Amino acid sequence: MDLKFKNKKITGILSILPSTIVRFEDEMVNYNFSAAKSLKLKMAMGYNTHHVAKEGQCSSDFCIYGLQYLFDTGLLKKEDIDALLFVSQSPDYFMPPTSNVIQGHFSLKHDIICLDINQGCAGYEIGLIEAFMLLDQDSINKVVLMNADVLSSKVSKRDRNSNPLIGDAAAITIVEKDDEGSTIHANVQMDGNNAFALMIPAGGFRLPSSLKTSIMKEDEAGNFRSKDNLVMKGDDVFNFVMREVPLMIDHLLECANINKNDVDWFMFHQPNKFMLNKLADAIKVPRDKMPSNIVENFGNSSGATVPLNISFNLGENLVNGSAKVCLAGFGVGLTWSSVFMNMKSLKFNRIINL
Amino acid sequence: MKERIISILSNLRPEFDFTQPLNFIEEGMLDSFDIINLVTELETTFHVTIDGIDVLPENFASLESIMNLLKKNGAE
Repeated sequence: MDLKFKNKKITGILSILPSTIVRFEDEMVNYNFSAAKSLKLKMAMGYNTHHVAKEGQCSSDFCIYGLQYLFDTGLLKKEDIDALLFVSQSPDYFMPPTSNVIQGHFSLKHDIICLDINQGCAGYEIGLIEAFMLLDQDSINKVVLMNADVLSSKVSKRDRNSNPLIGDAAAITIVEKDDEGSTIHANVQMDGNNAFALMIPAGGFRLPSSLKTSIMKEDEAGNFRSKDNLVMKGDDVFNFVMREVPLMIDHLLECANINKNDVDWFMFHQPNKFMLNKLADAIKVPRDKMPSNIVENFGNSSGATVPLNISFNLGENLVNGSAKVCLAGFGVGLTWSSVFMNMKSLKFNRIINL
Repeated sequence: MKERIISILSNLRPEFDFTQPLNFIEEGMLDSFDIINLVTELETTFHVTIDGIDVLPENFASLESIMNLLKKNGAE
């Protein structure tokens, strides 16, 4: 689905990381790999360190910490927030919505829209699209988009497919109206036929968590996980990304009438280094225009990886200058989505730690 | 080419005999992470870049399929 928006802009990005850092070498003993094989994979996949939340730290804790930072530093005023979007797959509760919990924590005005969106790896693009649509309303001038996930606690420590790369993080993006803004192009695709390629089988209403769902079992590849843990059909997801994402990017840039060479940065979701390098090759863009260093430094934090990627790799460059960026996310749902826009003169673009 | 591929495979999974006419995937001789390591080794050894769309288990199921994949990507 092609989408187009006018007069919208991103005015700030704040990424919030847990201060607990785990090293791949320290976890290697948990996996059914020889040390030599693990170290080869480390190089290919970009495993190194990942940031994980402490026990009991929830997605909202990171958002609240980040919002408090923005209020304290004068970068955001409470009364200016017209909509609060929370995109996550690890909400604090089934009910109430985490966005309402955050609104309540800060006693934000009642004349506001709070909305939780259940999305993962494409959650940044989906969240931005929702923010752009809300900003079409006369009464909405500023949207706070929060992408946060603390899924590390849902991954088995003995699952070599997922544990080495999982990370926790949050990001707060301020989206506003812009009188001078150029057109923003976006694309969204979904395939529910493959919805279970990435899932946590137990813990919802279909299969509530129980003693039975917590039993660890070994799969064909030697991974140990329970039905309470995240499970990913890695081969299927890899093939889906290689098949669909290059087509989507080509189509998006064609709609935006821009040559690939004129895009400054391809800021993509960060599943692993191997996949991103193959994706850059498939899209036929230089690998150094598509940063792939988020997994090795912080881990894959689902919908927060794209803003974290922007904060980490572009930082002050977007505060003092501008860039034509192509954003893309792909994963759970299955969902794949992309946004092409010009980003310039952000008020802030930084990382803080909790 | 064949000998060098066998050498890479044997180095990757020394417990298996890759000279046997077996389906490496169905027999559990290569898993998805082995394939990632194998792609990296093949690219370095044969100075080629294997397309991501070709990183499919069936392309690594036998010596013949691996050789075909390499030839498709310009290896000699």
